[in-house]
Amino acid sequence: MADKVRGNAAAALDGLLFDGMTIMAGGFGLCGIPENLIAAIREHGVKDLTVISNNCGIDGFGLGILLENRQIKKMVSSYVGENKLFEQLYLSGELELEFNPQGTLAERIRAGGAGIPAFFTRTGVGTLVAEGKEVREFDGELYVMERGLIADLSIVKAWKADAEGNLAYRKTARNFNPMMATAGKATVVEVEQLVAIGEMDKDNIHTPGIFIDRLFKGAVFEKRIERVTTRPREEKVVA
Amino acid sequence: MAWNREDMAARAAGELRDGFYVNLGIGIPTLVANYIPEGMHVTLQSENGMLGMGPFPYEGEEDADLINAGKQTITELDSSSYFSSADSFAMIRGGHIALSILGGMQVAENGDLANWMVPGKMVKGMGGAMDLVAGVKRVVVVMDHCEKTGAPKLLKRCNLPITGAGVVDLLITELGVFEINRGKTPVRLIELAPGVTVDEVKAKTEASFEVAV
Repeated sequence: MADKVRGNAAAALDGLLFDGMTIMAGGFGLCGIPENLIAAIREHGVKDLTVISNNCGIDGFGLGILLENRQIKKMVSSYVGENKLFEQLYLSGELELEFNPQGTLAERIRAGGAGIPAFFTRTGVGTLVAEGKEVREFDGELYVMERGLIADLSIVKAWKADAEGNLAYRKTARNFNPMMATAGKATVVEVEQLVAIGEMDKDNIHTPGIFIDRLFKGAVFEKRIERVTTRPREEKVVA
Repeated sequence: MAWNREDMAARAAGELRDGFYVNLGIGIPTLVANYIPEGMHVTLQSENGMLGMGPFPYEGEEDADLINAGKQTITELDSSSYFSSADSFAMIRGGHIALSILGGMQVAENGDLANWMVPGKMVKGMGGAMDLVAGVKRVVVVMDHCEKTGAPKLLKRCNLPITGAGVVDLLITELGVFEINRGKTPVRLIELAPGVTVDEVKAKTEASFEVAV
């Protein structure tokens, strides 16, 4: 077995970064983002990136730090509302932006990773999203054609992995990570726990190791929360 | 008196049925969770990858790996499940979710909904809204009846870029409830908020509608 385990983020990215490349980055908001890999990409300084990610972090954290360093040329996202610098760069023309409906984005990545070049969906029919795309009727309903997506590199965050690259995610930190793991020409994963072979529950592996090229145990997991929302102790639980 | 936000959320909760899988949007739709009738079993879906959303956590028990689509910390229930965004949108786009309650900027007679962009302003993105309106079986919109300027929002045709064509089933505003029926039949005003008259609704609405209150 080729050794997939690396010592840190920089070692895991060694030789994989080049200017003008396309990178898929897992996460929803700041939940389940590969924060160690993003920091290493910032450190490396690679530029003119096209980044495919549901969101673009916040000012000062997540993908926001690549914006600060002017490393991103184009974002492919479904929602970017949490980032003031993003708005500023977009309005000044320094940053290109392609909006995809969230489900279309997820399916484009799933399709790309599964070798499916295009598919039809009802999402976006009759809207700006369908402009310039083929629309076809199936069983009396209109569908728009969307293309599968692949990337030069996918950066993924998982909770737990073994040296084979078998991954398990935790709670809603799964989000876009499993599809992106399949759609990178190279896929690099950071994990919170690296366990010995045999210690993963084989029936509960979310991403099998075949999709993974390199992995490492992250040095730091800050795991910031965008909107801490709580309820008072005395409130009755509403299910 | 016209309805307030809580009244609108409570009225929207009237669209829930036992056994429903439901997706609630951000804003007033989120409040609908507080009005699920006692004894009714409703499962809330969060499009970032969770079924069976629980209440907000107690202070000190927040988990960065457990958020809703509005990026707020939440909790799980014994019946909860987690899945990827692709599986989440297979539920939404595949017609497995019974009801979507979401906010709106404009609704038109033909069932069109606009709720994601205003040309000339910074666009934040459509998130999952286009998928929800395209795939969920029943779509209920909860919005203010007029703009802050007083301009009507229930229109003959949307003049903002739309989120979906012919997708709205029901519209709830502070003035009343309208059956839109995806534009397949004329719009019908089916309920009035207390103290609101049909004349007031007509004065504040561009769309033509039948009165069935």
